[in-house]
Amino acid sequence: MNWWIMLNRSGIKFIFLICLYFTFSFVYAGELKVGKGEHFATIKSALESSSPFDTIFISPGIYKERNIVIDKPLTLTGINYPIIDGEDKHEIFTVVSDSVVIQKIKFINSGVSFIDDNAAVKLDEVNNCIISDNIFEKNFFAVYLAKSSDCKVLNNKITSEKKSEASSGNGIHLWYCKNIEIVGNYISGHRDGIYFEFVESSSINNNISEHNLRYGLHFMFSDNCSYSQNEFSYNGAGVAVMFTKNVEMTDNTFKHNWGGASYGILLKDITDSKIYKNSFYKNSSGIYIEGSNRVEIKHNSFLENGWAIRLMANSMDNVFEKNNFIGNSFDVATNSTRNYNKFKNNYWSEYSGYDLDKNGIGDVPYRPVKLYSLIVEKNRPTLVLLRSLFVGILDSAEKIFPVLTPETLIDNFPSMKKL
Amino acid sequence: MIRDIAKIIKYQMHDNLRSKWIIGLFLFYSAASYWLISFSGDSSKVLLSLLNITIILNPLICIVFGTVYFYNNKNYIIFMLTQPVNRSVLFSGLYFGLIIPLTLSFLIGIGLPVIINLNLFLDTLHILSALLYTGVIQIFIFTGFSFFIAAINEDKLKGLGISIFIWLFFGILYDGLILFLLQILQDYPIEKIALGLILANPVDLGRILVIIEFDISALMGYTGAVFEDFFGKSLGTFISFLSLTIWFFIPFALSLVKFSKKDL
Repeated sequence: MNWWIMLNRSGIKFIFLICLYFTFSFVYAGELKVGKGEHFATIKSALESSSPFDTIFISPGIYKERNIVIDKPLTLTGINYPIIDGEDKHEIFTVVSDSVVIQKIKFINSGVSFIDDNAAVKLDEVNNCIISDNIFEKNFFAVYLAKSSDCKVLNNKITSEKKSEASSGNGIHLWYCKNIEIVGNYISGHRDGIYFEFVESSSINNNISEHNLRYGLHFMFSDNCSYSQNEFSYNGAGVAVMFTKNVEMTDNTFKHNWGGASYGILLKDITDSKIYKNSFYKNSSGIYIEGSNRVEIKHNSFLENGWAIRLMANSMDNVFEKNNFIGNSFDVATNSTRNYNKFKNNYWSEYSGYDLDKNGIGDVPYRPVKLYSLIVEKNRPTLVLLRSLFVGILDSAEKIFPVLTPETLIDNFPSMKKL
Repeated sequence: MIRDIAKIIKYQMHDNLRSKWIIGLFLFYSAASYWLISFSGDSSKVLLSLLNITIILNPLICIVFGTVYFYNNKNYIIFMLTQPVNRSVLFSGLYFGLIIPLTLSFLIGIGLPVIINLNLFLDTLHILSALLYTGVIQIFIFTGFSFFIAAINEDKLKGLGISIFIWLFFGILYDGLILFLLQILQDYPIEKIALGLILANPVDLGRILVIIEFDISALMGYTGAVFEDFFGKSLGTFISFLSLTIWFFIPFALSLVKFSKKDL
């Protein structure tokens, strides 16, 4: 009886010990710690002795390491934002393996180069990577994705010091990528906040991109992408969307983009796209449209912009419906007397017509292009006459007998109330 | 001397208030301001309409009213000059005796409905103050013009005609001429000319002071260093403010000189 109990007890102990051993050894094999007084002093040495699917924890401190190549599927996690310094010369992380996760690390000073695109984190031909909750400061390029797919860039804070366009890189740079999600990032002080070239089926949501040298978002040859609920403000040239089909732009805010070549959105050669529910506030030009066809612009609000819309004559079949135009210096400007675009059911704060049958639609059409805006389009210094009585008289005369303004650029059913 | 001026001002103000014109003007301003505020309820729209009242209607009222006032007081002036009164004292008395009630009726007339609806204008108080300042200076300038015109013309009808023409010139024709000139010269760098011409017209100056705040996003839509410096920074506001203030002295000094030498 007694020995039975003994055996049982020691048996449990034995099993327990074995379990403990395996658990510990597994954890030991899966977690590597880098830092002062830890097992590994440098990230590179930890990487060398790591095996796939390990997690590397980086303790707080400053790591002056560079050109770190991550060639295994690893998770790199910073504890209290350790700083990795590229010392203004080098790239910091180059990821060449799939399924890498990089989080909670602070990257500074990836080097300016006119030959290489040195980035703080570069993903080169990989899948399923996640870059999240990192801080990037004073980098040339911050996050750089090339020929990658199914990756996520989440909740990073990316800032840099504005230098010149030539010596600054982009915040988040995508080139030949597919199915990328860019969510919740803050980007400022770079050349372009977010840069898309040859990207497919990707989305940009809930980011803030402001105070960048050139564009808040620079978007080219990227079909079937969408961006929504982002805020682009105080950028040198606003947002440019070019040479693309099927873009969806919804719920974004574009504000305070000032300058002769600064736009809320610059649309160049865009077809079959949607611009819904965005808000444009105090931009020099809300939307500048050139060579774009079949773009639907609906439910947006244009508030106190210099020009709400500048529509170039090489654009056709665009639809402007149910937008609010309030307090803009000029509602619509164009460079031709012909127009092949449709304006319908918009609210124009300058509209002075009446609604006798009380159906909410004004009985008199509204012509958003004024004579003066044509004059200003050709001769900018005449802007000094803005809102003068003489200009008002000219505009009213043109309104009664339209000669110079496009006759078909007209809202036949202007809304009486703000939408 | 100051006491003499004050005495004349006091008498003139009393006279003006009795004529009920000033009261009517006050009622007009307050009705317009109140109506605009209650009708649109949007501060930027209200301010733009007030801008038109301030720089277009207000000068017209001042210049016509001033001219008529000067002619109507002809007998009084001749009588006063038989007394031991300095001409410049008499002139200053007449001038300030008119502009003080005009200014008050303008400020209170426009301002009262604004103060009642002050929470509508909390974000735009700086524009509003620029507007009121502009209005007051316009009163000074155009009343000065009216005295000058009345002093050089004996004929009432002619004087009134010239007054209206001066208003038409500064309010409308001048801008037409600028536009014409800028269109002719559009192949040349004309930013400086454009700005310079604007500074030479008090009505335009008032407009610039207000649109610098309002339409800055459009004004910055032109890339020219001169424009950017002028409109982008506080330089433009400062210069227009200063020029407007300088403008106040020009018609006043002109008419004072003319009046002092005039053979009545």
